[in-house]
Amino acid sequence: MSENKGIIVYSEKHDLLLEILGKGREIADKLQKELAAVLIGYGVQGKANELIKHGADKVFLIDNHALTSFQIEPYLNVLHSLATKYKPETVLIGSTRNGKPLAARLATRLQTGCIPDCNRLSVDEEGRLVCERITYGGTAIAKITFKTKPQIATIPPRTFEKPQPKERNGQIINFDVKIETPKTEIVETKPLEVSAVRIEDADVIVSCGRGLEKKEDIVLLEELAQILNGQVGNTRPLAEDRKWFTEWVGLSGHKVKPKLYIACGISGVIQHVAGIRDAKLIVAINKDENAPIFEVADYGVVGNLYEILPALKEALKKQLQ
Amino acid sequence: MNRIIVCLKQAIDVSQLKVDPATRQLITAGAAKKISDFDKNALEEAIRIKEKIGNIEILTVTVTAEDAKTVLREALAMGADKAYMVNDPSFKDIDTLGTAYILAETIKKIGNFDLILCGETSLDSFSGLVSSRLAELLGLPQITSVRKISVEGDAVSAERALEDSIETVKAKTPALIAVTREINQPRIPSLMMIMKASKKEIITWTAADLNLPREKLDMKIEVKEVLAPKTERKRVKITGESAQEIAERLVKALMEEGVIGR
Repeated sequence: MSENKGIIVYSEKHDLLLEILGKGREIADKLQKELAAVLIGYGVQGKANELIKHGADKVFLIDNHALTSFQIEPYLNVLHSLATKYKPETVLIGSTRNGKPLAARLATRLQTGCIPDCNRLSVDEEGRLVCERITYGGTAIAKITFKTKPQIATIPPRTFEKPQPKERNGQIINFDVKIETPKTEIVETKPLEVSAVRIEDADVIVSCGRGLEKKEDIVLLEELAQILNGQVGNTRPLAEDRKWFTEWVGLSGHKVKPKLYIACGISGVIQHVAGIRDAKLIVAINKDENAPIFEVADYGVVGNLYEILPALKEALKKQLQ
Repeated sequence: MNRIIVCLKQAIDVSQLKVDPATRQLITAGAAKKISDFDKNALEEAIRIKEKIGNIEILTVTVTAEDAKTVLREALAMGADKAYMVNDPSFKDIDTLGTAYILAETIKKIGNFDLILCGETSLDSFSGLVSSRLAELLGLPQITSVRKISVEGDAVSAERALEDSIETVKAKTPALIAVTREINQPRIPSLMMIMKASKKEIITWTAADLNLPREKLDMKIEVKEVLAPKTERKRVKITGESAQEIAERLVKALMEEGVIGR
């Protein structure tokens, strides 16, 4: 195989792989490089065409019974063999709980840099990949590039739009590799109930923080969300400490970009604010006039949410119905 | 199980980090430092394993460009037996590969161990790469995103919290495990424990002690800029005589913004 210096993209999550293909295509076109997707698994060849339709020039297919479920050593070995042979200039990997260790170890095996959780990607005047990522708990955004090749970056889910599929030509290459034995054994996999509704898709989010006193009071937010055709969100303490929710909005949770984000009883720690930075409009309701949330809100109401929310519900009903 | 090594980062306490509003630069000089939250969970878990099984030595390893004794005292007070601080001003400019390399060399010099525990990511840089890089350099079985650990003889079993499933994974020791914050609630050391910890040892090594070749620490990445994001919010306070009046004014503002209504 000739030295190609193209871009390789991989994620074990199919939707995320398609999202990364969209961005990968953009960069590949800019640099006039080839874009290759990697498809690893067992009985997955049927998905190869979809990858081409979403922008891949080439699909490296590694279909093997030993690769049925994700395990780091065999998957790493596949990507490493591919990278050694194909010599990509850039490798983009989906930033999932499995994908990130994979990227980190690939970068280590190749003695190169890895920039995780990139929210924006661009190319500088030297053709290097420039990554933007949130750092210092949301206090800052870092712009980082690479000094070595390949440049390895990880991309979180829902960072980029999935491209529109179209008919295009591409090549499917069966990549033959010796499969490494995993060093760990998966004893059990219990599927989690994942809500079909994605908070990232919500136009309006009514969100609560520690100012909400009882779990039953979530209904106050639900009523409001219903009128506004939105969803209810929450901060991390309400999930991790109080166990009222299983997920949260924030740097370590979901990063959202609604048209309207109503923060109720949320103090506004930077980790939470980092998750709502892309909201078009932020409203904060908090009884503490010094709460930092007011610094990042468009409209602030200093007041008791137990008085404001019911009044807001009535006012909205009057206006919208 | 005889020995657990916990990797601890001295991180900037991001909740106290200030920004220069004129330049949007972070004021990191003199910023408060603490044990990175996730690493504290890792240490707590090591102590709990020791409490359950007994007769385990808990060592902590820290790679730092500036002195970290104050925060390491806290780790010792919590229950670590001995702390290793690899401190060298040249570590100011290292990236995750350099950090993992120094950790790996330090751990090799320490000798035998059964388990390495790390935090899934760090409080300040939030990269989450070092534990995986370390596992690669040491060639260890690695289990990440762990919210529960049980030790079973010369094996460990751990529950991983993935996006859409909970996976139980088993590995033979020695192994490396990276934990999430949900695994436990780290203890706050009592005065008695703090006093006892003052007799415990902090071993300080430099780059020279480990014979680290400088080229191994060269940065693979280049940080172009680190700036606080621009906050261009209106910051309008809505006031009124009653909750009803406030609510009506807010609804009016939202209508004018075009974010609600038809």
